[in-house]
Amino acid sequence: MLNNLIFANLGHRPIRTLLSVLAIAVEVTMILTLVGVSYGTLDQSAQRNRGVGADIWFRPPGSSVIGLSTAPLSDKIPALLMQEPHVTFAMGTMVQPLSGGFDSITGLDIDDFTKLNGGFHFLRGGPLVNDDDIIVDEYYAKQKNLHVGSTVNLVNHDWKVAGIFESGKLARICVKLSALQALTGNPGHLSQIFVKVDDPRKAQSIVDALKLKYKGYQIYTMEEFISMISINNVGMLKNFIGVVIGVAVVVGFIVVFMAMYTAVLERTREIGILKAVGGSSALILNILFRETLLLALLGSAMGIVLTYGTQWLMKHAVPASLVQETVYGWWPIVTGIAVVGALLGVVVPAMKAIKQDVTEALSYE
Amino acid sequence: MSEAGIIEVHGLTKTYQVGDVEVHALRGVDLQVSKGEFVAIVGASGSGKSTLFHILGGLTPMSSGAVRINGRDLSGMTNAERTELRKTTVGFVFQKYNLLPTLTAEDNIRIVQYIADREMTFAPGFQEILNLLGIADRLKHKPRALSGGQQQRVAIARGIVNSPAILLADEPTGNLDSENAAAVLKLMKDLNKRLGQTILMITHDAEAASYADRIVRMRDGRIMMAEHQTN
Ligand SMILES: Nc1ncnc2c1ncn2[C@@H]1O[C@H](COP(=O)(O)OP(=O)(O)OP(=O)(O)O)[C@@H](O)[C@H]1O
Ligand SMILES: [Mg+2]
Repeated sequence: MLNNLIFANLGHRPIRTLLSVLAIAVEVTMILTLVGVSYGTLDQSAQRNRGVGADIWFRPPGSSVIGLSTAPLSDKIPALLMQEPHVTFAMGTMVQPLSGGFDSITGLDIDDFTKLNGGFHFLRGGPLVNDDDIIVDEYYAKQKNLHVGSTVNLVNHDWKVAGIFESGKLARICVKLSALQALTGNPGHLSQIFVKVDDPRKAQSIVDALKLKYKGYQIYTMEEFISMISINNVGMLKNFIGVVIGVAVVVGFIVVFMAMYTAVLERTREIGILKAVGGSSALILNILFRETLLLALLGSAMGIVLTYGTQWLMKHAVPASLVQETVYGWWPIVTGIAVVGALLGVVVPAMKAIKQDVTEALSYE
Repeated sequence: MSEAGIIEVHGLTKTYQVGDVEVHALRGVDLQVSKGEFVAIVGASGSGKSTLFHILGGLTPMSSGAVRINGRDLSGMTNAERTELRKTTVGFVFQKYNLLPTLTAEDNIRIVQYIADREMTFAPGFQEILNLLGIADRLKHKPRALSGGQQQRVAIARGIVNSPAILLADEPTGNLDSENAAAVLKLMKDLNKRLGQTILMITHDAEAASYADRIVRMRDGRIMMAEHQTN
């Protein structure tokens, strides 16, 4: 019976109902898209690091997990590392972030890279030969509409696309190490070094030994590093998600507050009637809360559907830099957030409703 | 009357404050209604009839005086207890119908069954009443699609569906043609006789008042006189 009344109420003001649902849906989509992009981008980055084929990751002191903006390592270190016991190979790369986005350009020695993991699998074209050559992965090529032979300007330099490789190894955009070092004024410097050992199961003890010798450097096993690439370990991202969720909850709260406040005002008379025929405050609250809950659930469902829309957009508009995953684990969380925001929004209108004087409400036109 | 009435009103006053102006709607009403009585309340417009009903049903707080319903002092009750009173004991038929606009006629009736925790089916006897009221075939319509008289009869059906011990009917035939009015009045008389329901009915119509056991006349917020009918 109550559900009858609730559906009748919501159906009686279809536009407002739709707008409320839509607003909550946008709130939900906002959160899910952000979370999806965060997870997706980080997962891809982890996957690419796995694809490097190294066992140990060697980084300069005081650097963060993502964002390699400087190249403070000497390029003498790989040779030194290779003299360490169990180390079979070491390769340094230099990473230069590109302005305006999550992309970066990596300088590497393609022969060393091939020794490390067999090298790139080229879909079109081939490896780096000249200093002006650049190779990119299939997604970046698609996003920027690049073909073998195209010219692309990065870091104030025109590069010629030599090859397009299958995504999933280390980086998306690569040039010759020496070329990038010269271009950025960092000759002889590296951002990171990948180390291969004779027995990967001993990677941890080798890391421990290296740490004693190279004090202050950040040295991890590759597995350890990949497990660090998660939202909770990327402080900035975590805070950012927190802020967006906060904003979304406030928006949801305001929307529901306004919707339910006007609903209560408009329905002053109806609420008075319910009380006049013996309806208790609990009944009135029950109706308003159920109505709000329904709005929040419909909004969440719609928001989840809309998220597939943003995912499609991400895939077709910016495939290389942003990957949006569907994070099912967040569906209940975000629904919970929407419900809480909405229920907070209905509290004040509901209090107003139950405090209304019955005869005044009945004479309300 | 030696036995205490189901409704007892002593020195009841009600003053509305409208801005700086005080409106004395009731200026000292004394009234006793016995269980099972059918009382008609007549009086000029503005004499305080509806106000008296709203106080009896606990919808409006009184200014002074004493009102006892079923032996319970109204002014000593909490809001929740007054709501409970309407849920279990006092049924209303409002002058302005007061139907819920978003619900069908049927659901308007059922919702008071729901509120009173009654089974939400119409017993055969009640189905007959709906026929008698001439609204059985209008139940699927919303109030907007019903005429004033039809809405009034839906409001009557809602007022009696739970068979309240006390029925307060504010001009239940005000919008009805004489034929429908007669049907409604016969129905109320029948409920009063058969179920022993106590009925108070406000009316402007002498013909309608003649169905009651007693007529109470109000003027300027007071009760003028009571006359017992012989029928
Ligand atoms: N909510 C209110 N606020 C202020 N004054 C009110 C209110 N309700 C009623 N009154 C005043 O109280 C007086 C009695 O009103 P009431 O509605 O009880 O009259 P009534 O006898 O039912 O009249 P009618 O036959 O027209 O229905 C009137 O002067 C009316 O203006
Ligand atoms: Mg009146």
